[in-house]
Amino acid sequence: MNQSEWDLLLSSFWPMVQGALVGTIPLALASFAIGMVLAIIFALMRLSKVKLVSGVARAYISIVRGTPLLVQLFVIFYGLPSIGLVFNPWPSAVVAFSINVGGYAAEVVRAAILSVPKGQWEAAYMIGMSHRRALTRIILPQAARVSVPPLSNTFISLVKDTSLASLILVTELFRQAQEVAAFSGDFMLLYLEAALIYWIICLMLSSGQGLLEKRLDRYVAR
Amino acid sequence: MSPADASTPKPETPEPAILEPATPEPQRPESRPRGMDSAPALLSVRGLQKSFDSTRVLESIDLRVTRGEVLVLIGPSGSGKTTLLRCLNGLEIADGGIVDVADELSIDFSSTPSKKTLAALRDRSAMVFQHYNLFPHMTVLENIIEGPVMVQRRPRAEAVREALELLDRVGLTEKKDNHPFELSGGQQQRVGIVRALALRPQLLLFDEPTSALDPELVGDVLTLMKELAAEGWTMVIVTHELQFAREVAHEVAFVDGGVIVERGNPELMFGSPEQERTRQFLHRLLFPF
Repeated sequence: MNQSEWDLLLSSFWPMVQGALVGTIPLALASFAIGMVLAIIFALMRLSKVKLVSGVARAYISIVRGTPLLVQLFVIFYGLPSIGLVFNPWPSAVVAFSINVGGYAAEVVRAAILSVPKGQWEAAYMIGMSHRRALTRIILPQAARVSVPPLSNTFISLVKDTSLASLILVTELFRQAQEVAAFSGDFMLLYLEAALIYWIICLMLSSGQGLLEKRLDRYVAR
Repeated sequence: MSPADASTPKPETPEPAILEPATPEPQRPESRPRGMDSAPALLSVRGLQKSFDSTRVLESIDLRVTRGEVLVLIGPSGSGKTTLLRCLNGLEIADGGIVDVADELSIDFSSTPSKKTLAALRDRSAMVFQHYNLFPHMTVLENIIEGPVMVQRRPRAEAVREALELLDRVGLTEKKDNHPFELSGGQQQRVGIVRALALRPQLLLFDEPTSALDPELVGDVLTLMKELAAEGWTMVIVTHELQFAREVAHEVAFVDGGVIVERGNPELMFGSPEQERTRQFLHRLLFPF
């Protein structure tokens, strides 16, 4: 690698990290937070005995999982304006990623709720709890612990998927790489650099996941 | 003595009774205060029925338990004794029959009871489970006060004080901030019993409380249950511990095929049962091979 390539690598590093700090990471965090709220709502709906309620949740989950994320993103950013709903790039991306995460995580949350032993419901009822209170006080805290590993994977996928937001003009890590690359023409070097930064972020996240799992693993009923 | 009083250890007792060795000679039911002889039934069950899909699990169960009485249900697995117990706590909803608790609550199961009615039934009884079913994400203390504070809306400080007194009497004070997974099976089950006592129920239900325990841990739990019986708690116990049943029960009922085949005082039931099925069952338990 020659001197000018080194210079390019170093001079593009900070813009990319900046892209990660103002784009990739906040986008992932916001979408994950909203997506988890959706996930819990749809997981509970999916578990409902009322056919219509569970049917709505089933349809939502099926559509989200059955269509490409990029298509969802384009429908929201390029499609909705034609029916008068115009969102800026950032809100469009948050909406699309939230809906997407909501669909995937709903299945995780549902499985986690079902994984809590029946005896936990019974003990909750025994001490006089209603269904709702048993759910919030006894079942969901345990389901949360069970769902940490799969949800961590969902989150790591989301961090990488946010690169798609570059296609709807959101300033994030990969868009910064694209812009520098278009200017300098050194695609190989700059895209590898972008890949390296994504990899480092994901490495940090998965070591965090490991620590979290170790901490929470003990408090699960078996 | 009312159950609420019974849950408070006497301050003059220097040591938790659990630490004392078991009395060498078993207390006979007759030697125990039974309350008034004509005491009204605390629990009365008439014609209780329960089916799962098309399988009839309880045919028509009649029971009567007076205040301070200990009823032990024995019978082969699948006989319906656990289902019967669960119907008394509303964990299973009976399909028919009547359950009365202490003249103040009468539930006719010929129609599905409302949530409120079920809540009233659960409010009067507390269950100890075979697999303890402690809440793994809470400490021992949190497990005990969850019902009193969150459901019964009692002041937290009072619930904590009472929980600590109960923990003291079962010798588990130092475990109060531990999580259930850090406790042995016997310790977990004693916490399970304390959790039930803390609800101040009128009726204690035990579903094979020692079946999941290692043999050397059974004794502590049975000793505690014996003490509760002696204190005047009303208890319905499903168990395979015949020696324990003989010592603690005022009445033993043999359940098989969803009916109560035979019942009587333990002397009679273990000494000279009338029914052939009872004899066969007891023989199998006493001489497994």
